[in-house]
Amino acid sequence: MSEQKLTATPGQTIGPFYGYALPFEKDNQLLAPGLPGSIRLQGTVTDGAGDTIPDALLEIWQADAEGNVPQQTGSLVRDGYTFTGWGRTAVDNTGNYTFTTVNPGPTEAGSAPFISFVIFARGLLNKLHTRMYLPDDEEALARDALLSSLPEDRRRTLIATREADGGLRWDISLQGENETAFLTYPGA
Amino acid sequence: MGLEKDLFSNSHVIEKLDAAQAPQDQISAEIASVHAAYDKSVHDGAEPESQPRIDFSPYRSSILRHPTKDPHHVDPETIELWSPAFGHQDVHALESDLTIQHNGEPLGERIIVRGRILDGGGRPVRNQLVEIWQANSAGRYIHKRDQHPAPLDPNFTGVGRCITTDDGFYEFTTIKPGPYPWKNHFNAWRPAHIHFSLFGTDFTQRMITQMYFPGDPLFALDPIYQSITDQKARDRLVATYDHNLTSHEWATGYNWDIVLTGSNRTWMEDEDAE
Repeated sequence: MSEQKLTATPGQTIGPFYGYALPFEKDNQLLAPGLPGSIRLQGTVTDGAGDTIPDALLEIWQADAEGNVPQQTGSLVRDGYTFTGWGRTAVDNTGNYTFTTVNPGPTEAGSAPFISFVIFARGLLNKLHTRMYLPDDEEALARDALLSSLPEDRRRTLIATREADGGLRWDISLQGENETAFLTYPGA
Repeated sequence: MGLEKDLFSNSHVIEKLDAAQAPQDQISAEIASVHAAYDKSVHDGAEPESQPRIDFSPYRSSILRHPTKDPHHVDPETIELWSPAFGHQDVHALESDLTIQHNGEPLGERIIVRGRILDGGGRPVRNQLVEIWQANSAGRYIHKRDQHPAPLDPNFTGVGRCITTDDGFYEFTTIKPGPYPWKNHFNAWRPAHIHFSLFGTDFTQRMITQMYFPGDPLFALDPIYQSITDQKARDRLVATYDHNLTSHEWATGYNWDIVLTGSNRTWMEDEDAE
């Protein structure tokens, strides 16, 4: 388990001016759109008034389709074929985000597949971690330790919707009635 | 000008002019009130805080953008115990020098910023990506939403990257950024800072923060810096002037070490050795 000998450096907001620094070409394409197995993962990011947040930056980190943890370099120089498991996208002017990726496989037999998200935004003073679960394997979802520990109105904020085209939709709410369940880990 | 056309093309931020008229005195009083309550709680036995408050209304943009429910404690699972891997395929060695990205020398005070990234257990964070971005020496970002009427510098973009060494060190050569005004309240100014984006060995350690310069007179007035209620924690964001890092007739040196949260991985003994 985590051992904390040193005190962590504080985080700070990403601020408004990351747009020329952190985005990079094909940052939200974990593989090229149209390749076999590629899906669109999309959603919105909203604030406590229900307004969209156009100045947020999202990152995802996930297993490959077989449930293996990728350790390949090359995320910043996308070749379209090497699956590095990590992507980044600036939320657009209308508060929408999009990734092209694959459905992650379960990392252990019988476990519920999920994608790890981290969220940064102007106005958000520190990062937020959460998980987006795939909706398909209901038995695995029912067994999941995290989901089982949440009341229903919090649990459902972590499960994506499967769309007709095979893609995933998952909306993030930083505050309010449908506030997404955010996570903290030992040592944080 | 070509610089603006190219570099502003991916910029998209819409900044609202909310609460622009609150005076600094009011913001400072709100900060003081939160800090006084914090000091009392520590005096009464509460654990010191090490991270910023996310609910910190003197920073007006935070009001509708902070979760109101406590984060849910969870033990990290497989994917969360790893981070994406980056390497020299991803980052060219020259990307750590922000003063050589154009045809001429940028204006301002050339500086070297160097430090070591450790995790909470004291292990160096090896071969991992560090990204920085910053304003130029006049306090202007290359960003179309930055309306501050200070000059752009055609020889300075203000973006750098590097991969940490086997001992966890990073190093950048850049220009000391200027302070700049923003619209949080009337006559609001940010202390000079460099934004840092950091990865650890576990994705749970992912962080973005800001490095400040010692002795900045704007510290006490800044609601973003002061959202960290604990003075010792605030001090951790301030670099140290280091004359040993200063380069003869070339650049002054600042040292800033970074500690990530603890790793939750099971470490092999040889990996654990420092």
